[in-house]
Amino acid sequence: MKFKLKAICAATLYAPAILALADNGLASYKPVTDERLKNPEPANWLHYRGNYAGWGYSPLEKINDKNVNKLRLAWSFSTGQVEGHQSPAIVNNGYMYITTPGAQTIALDAKTGAELWRYKKEISSELLQLHPTNRGVALYGDKVYVATVDAHLVALDAKTGKEVWTKPVGDWKALQYITLAPLAAKGKIMVGSSGGETGVRGFVAAYDAQTGAEAWRTFMTPAPGEPGGDSWPGEMYKTGGASIWITGTYDPATNLAFWGTGNPAPWPIHLRKGDNLYATSVVALDVDTGKMKGYHQYHQHDAWDWDEVSAPLLIDTTVKGQPRKTAVHAGRNGYLWVLERTNDKINFLDAHKYVLQNVFTSIDAKTGRPSYDPAKTPGTAGAVKFCPSLWGGKDWVPEAYNPKTKLFYIPANNNLCSELPAADKEVPYKKGDLYIGYPIDGVLGSLRWENKDAPKTIGEIQAWNISTGKQAWTHKFPTHLWGPLMTTGGNLLFAGGTNDRMFRAWNATTGKVLWETTMPSGVTGVPSSYEVDGEQYVAVQAGWGVDAQRMQSGVDALLGNKVQVPQGGVLTVFKLSK
Amino acid sequence: MNDCDCKNAPTDPTPRRRVIRLAAAGVAIGLGGIGSAPARAAPTKDDRLVADDVQGEPVALRPADLTPGKPLLAFAFDPKTKEVRNTSRLHKLVLVKFAESELDAETKQRAAGGVLAYSAICTHQACEVKTWVAKEKALVCFCHASKFLMLEKAKVADGPASRALPSLPLALKEAQLVVAGTFSAKPGPG
Repeated sequence: MKFKLKAICAATLYAPAILALADNGLASYKPVTDERLKNPEPANWLHYRGNYAGWGYSPLEKINDKNVNKLRLAWSFSTGQVEGHQSPAIVNNGYMYITTPGAQTIALDAKTGAELWRYKKEISSELLQLHPTNRGVALYGDKVYVATVDAHLVALDAKTGKEVWTKPVGDWKALQYITLAPLAAKGKIMVGSSGGETGVRGFVAAYDAQTGAEAWRTFMTPAPGEPGGDSWPGEMYKTGGASIWITGTYDPATNLAFWGTGNPAPWPIHLRKGDNLYATSVVALDVDTGKMKGYHQYHQHDAWDWDEVSAPLLIDTTVKGQPRKTAVHAGRNGYLWVLERTNDKINFLDAHKYVLQNVFTSIDAKTGRPSYDPAKTPGTAGAVKFCPSLWGGKDWVPEAYNPKTKLFYIPANNNLCSELPAADKEVPYKKGDLYIGYPIDGVLGSLRWENKDAPKTIGEIQAWNISTGKQAWTHKFPTHLWGPLMTTGGNLLFAGGTNDRMFRAWNATTGKVLWETTMPSGVTGVPSSYEVDGEQYVAVQAGWGVDAQRMQSGVDALLGNKVQVPQGGVLTVFKLSK
Repeated sequence: MNDCDCKNAPTDPTPRRRVIRLAAAGVAIGLGGIGSAPARAAPTKDDRLVADDVQGEPVALRPADLTPGKPLLAFAFDPKTKEVRNTSRLHKLVLVKFAESELDAETKQRAAGGVLAYSAICTHQACEVKTWVAKEKALVCFCHASKFLMLEKAKVADGPASRALPSLPLALKEAQLVVAGTFSAKPGPG
């Protein structure tokens, strides 16, 4: 009797542990806390950009500049979708999450690539998708958060994929949509909305991570009477754009999240006299309240569709010999902006032109405010050509910072211009329709070379020393570049982004190409790196589309040829061969 | 890729999440389905046409209301009840006008007074196709620049769409444009 009881007790004691492992072979899910997000373990990639400061940096060094030539495919996974695959692989102790076009979130075993679960939000067949993509999940607590192309925010159980709650954030019938990865901090999940070409009034909204209750919503275009409200005429702020479609960076010391804002709407400037705050700016929002604590407008009264949505990287360094807490942003407007972040202000420190740029005639040394060449400013008078192109020196694809090399890396496009025809005199707003204000065939066919002949190179990876304001090295590509960057403690820089479907690794200090491999499709995914059971991996999604494809069409039209980049999403994970 | 209006979709119009454990089961489900509201709202034989921004009682379009080179967005409406079939944007039409001499034999059969009707919803990602490219007699989609040749059954000439725009045959009745059949294929992506 006694023996039997003992055996039963022993079995009962051991049973729960066995159950947990038997589920998917992984250890139980470790909740993602504020502390872990502030100091993520090197083995994990918990954020869109690896850390709150937006560096796109992995401290891992097992894969390094001495052995990266031995990198080979560990496993790959077909997503079942076409179009641009942009999300990084987010990893928490062996649990990996990617998102794809088609409103999919997929959980995988980061070591083996086994699928754990899949969530696909049901999207109305009436939805039109200007940007059919998604840039990834946020992790917080025991949940995974994803925003969707029909403007919802969804919370899923990280282990099972079961939906916990879904909240509407915007109106998809008004062509509000969300592609960014949410930002998670201090119990809040924060998102913005796209729609700078559809008359959205830009905003950041924060939701309670547990309940999904909306905590605050801060609009990016102020009404009359609000601070900055006099920078818009009449009621134009209501459909003023300044949309937010890339994840913010966050400084826990000041509790401020830094968000980049998009273009003002509509495009023709005669319809919205004034600086049009806070479009084409960086804004600092208090995460508890949503209150705007500071801002810097990179360029006022935008006429070139130069969204400044990339959030600035937060880097503590010296600038002009002085220690500064900086916020650094490679602008779509073709300038590298070095700003200072404080508790309640964002100050201008310096700016460096990094691509062909013929619009700004000067930049105020104190405020950073540019002056414009009127001959390069589109409007109603006639066609105007300007450089860089509508896509700018750098579009949404993220820069990276390596604290060991102390270099700031920019994925740029140089030697490109645009020509816009005369603007429409009136641009009526109609819900669910485009709200641009230039003839659409003129916009679609706007890409130009600077001169008659095609440039020898377009895409560039530029490495800058922020303290000295000098370029350390530049790698030039004959094609355009749409490659998000990742840099590592192993002195490496990884990027895809070219129409030759290559994924490459550079020596992060010297810029020498050390490794490259041909991928199933062009790579516009954000790379990430992680470690499981002592082995380091590099992960990236291949899957060409969206604006990389749009720019390809423009380049093809100028060259009179047609480059076919195959479609099809594949998540690829690399490790060192033994 | 966008969802399809799959025939085996549930008729519950409320979008619901789907958690799928197996890799193969990723079929998305739209809001429409056989017998549901959007399907009943499809253009029907004998319908007349009206501009998509109609206010008040619809007035039937005639060929003379269109100009070559200026596409017009439209919906069908029931000539008896005057109900405009615009509950789903998937049934929006784009009308283009040509000289009859430009039309080949097949195209002429579904034209009325030189006017052709097609689905206005891009077969790539459901954006509206309404921008005219005169040089190529094509319509181009503003989202991702898919180009459709309007004298060649709206076949795809460029861009990421993989399917021509579905056509809708027209006829003339008392000088009015009249729907003479159904869409040649399902409108929208998929």
